[in-house]
Amino acid sequence: MLFVISLVLVFILNFFTGNMDPYFYTILIYIGINIILASSLNLINGYTGQFSLGHAGFMAIGGYLSIALSTYFAPFFINTFGTGILGNAISFLIVLFAGGIAAAFAGIIVGVPSLRLKGDYLAITTLGFAEIIRVVIQSLDVIGASQGYRGAYIFENGVKASQIPADMSNIPYVFYSVPKYTDFFWTYLFVIIIIFFISNLMSSTYGRGFLAVKDDEVAAESMGVNTTKFKVTAFISGAFFAGIAGALYGHFNLYLNPEDFNFLKSVEIVVMVILGGMGSMIGVIIAAVILTILPEFLRQVAEYRMIIYALLLIIMMLLRPQGLFGVQLRGKKIREIKNKT
Amino acid sequence: MSEFIQQLINGLSLGSIYALIALGYTMVYGILKFINFAHGEIFMLGAFSGFYLSRTLGVDQPDIVMALVILVFTMCITSAIGVIIEKLAYKPLRNSSKLTVLITAIGVSLFLQYSGQLIFGADPKSFPTIIENIGFNIFGATIGSNQIVVLISALLLMLVLRFIVKNTKMGIAIRAVSNNLTAASLMGININNVISFTFVIGSSLAGAAGILYSINYPSIDPLMGLLPGLKAFIAAVLGGIGNFPGASVGGLIIGLVETFTVGYISPTYRDAIAFAILIIILLVKPTGLFGKKEIEKV
Repeated sequence: MLFVISLVLVFILNFFTGNMDPYFYTILIYIGINIILASSLNLINGYTGQFSLGHAGFMAIGGYLSIALSTYFAPFFINTFGTGILGNAISFLIVLFAGGIAAAFAGIIVGVPSLRLKGDYLAITTLGFAEIIRVVIQSLDVIGASQGYRGAYIFENGVKASQIPADMSNIPYVFYSVPKYTDFFWTYLFVIIIIFFISNLMSSTYGRGFLAVKDDEVAAESMGVNTTKFKVTAFISGAFFAGIAGALYGHFNLYLNPEDFNFLKSVEIVVMVILGGMGSMIGVIIAAVILTILPEFLRQVAEYRMIIYALLLIIMMLLRPQGLFGVQLRGKKIREIKNKT
Repeated sequence: MSEFIQQLINGLSLGSIYALIALGYTMVYGILKFINFAHGEIFMLGAFSGFYLSRTLGVDQPDIVMALVILVFTMCITSAIGVIIEKLAYKPLRNSSKLTVLITAIGVSLFLQYSGQLIFGADPKSFPTIIENIGFNIFGATIGSNQIVVLISALLLMLVLRFIVKNTKMGIAIRAVSNNLTAASLMGININNVISFTFVIGSSLAGAAGILYSINYPSIDPLMGLLPGLKAFIAAVLGGIGNFPGASVGGLIIGLVETFTVGYISPTYRDAIAFAILIIILLVKPTGLFGKKEIEKV
């Protein structure tokens, strides 16, 4: 019921964003994308307690795959679904889910070795996966290699032209740019989907499994919880939503650069999760909003931005390791036991 | 054949630098059981301290004595920084969960990188030639005298470390603490001193590695520590984390694989190959080449 109400709300609000200032509109979209990213990482890092440092890699896969599909299969999409509102929506949904599913597959690849790894090792391995993804993208010419990839192409008789023609006025050449599909509606549609997905999952019996894995893996296993299954599930669903976020980002900017998905991007998402409190839905959302708006205010002192992030991390860990909105385990005894492991 | 020898020498000299950094990772991991992410930044600070020292000392000609002075001073500076970091950031968290310490270490690493960018400037600086670079011709391969200097100094530093760990009282204490922290403290070993000493050794080796790296690759910038740091960590994992000879061998292997990849496959995969090694080693033998298997006790 709540789900339907919020959907309707997003749909109505969408009409008000039409003549918004483009600057604020961009920030609004980025807030939405960051909420999706941070919440999906929260599923892995926060609820399941697996420390992943490679979320930007999943985002890159989703973003690149979806935008590449949108350009390379543009003739197919246009011929099959047309260019009306409904047709565009169907084409966009297809590439969005393709991006999400591709990222989810990457999530399986990362998740399976992660079963044998803990804490520090997992962090470095996921970081390594993200770096490998970035390096591979950088060396792939079909998606622009290190120059970045634009969602625009010149088609010759319905096929992508191998080179830019000297005379574009010729009939067989059609310049095609992927429409800027991502708007307020699509972004916040997925924000709502992920919020409901995670909150429903976590209040279900199944969801308790994730928390059990986080709290004490050995104990969970001896109680019959299939820890392997929960870890992989967390990685797959987290990666899926990161892929969606990447696809939304790609169809908003219509330009992707491998450098957008470097180590710092992963760190940025991790900072959101930690600041908000690992395993706290509302905290992570608030942190994502703050950390998207904050750099805009720090524009004059942009070189201090990363220093502030770093200090935030250190100070949070020293003073309030559970994050701003995280829940501290009650009782001295429980804390002591937890600290030992 | 000549290209093979060339790559081999390049790989060994790069690998010996990775080995020096990896030793710091392994030592800290052996005692505190966490990855000191900021270790790569200590390496970067070593390079910059060498840069500014040679400037203040007015070294613009290759001079072996001055090079040695710079090396020793840098090792002192970086070990001081290492101890300060340990006291400020890691010591208050000694009883916290592993994840908390890991996040703090990432925070410290980022902090050093971007403070460095603010203080030293983001653009790369060119490291002065403090060691003469004469090319020798061996089997058709050109080997620079600086590469030989790097190899020999790295080897000497590793031997000194081996002596300290095997033969001195402090070395025995380090091994005892890494074996069992609680038992060692019950035997009257001052844990805080041992941990500080570990950071002194690890950081001075990283500082020395920073200088040696800059002698070979004279362009230095505040973010230069990230990748060598990660690769050195991979080297430590490859050799079996907590294991000293393992870290040295791991470093050499990573250095060799990296230069051969660049030479024979493609320079694009220079950074990816180390991570590929990490993933393979963690899948096949998570304890590393020389590591012992640890069973999680409840």
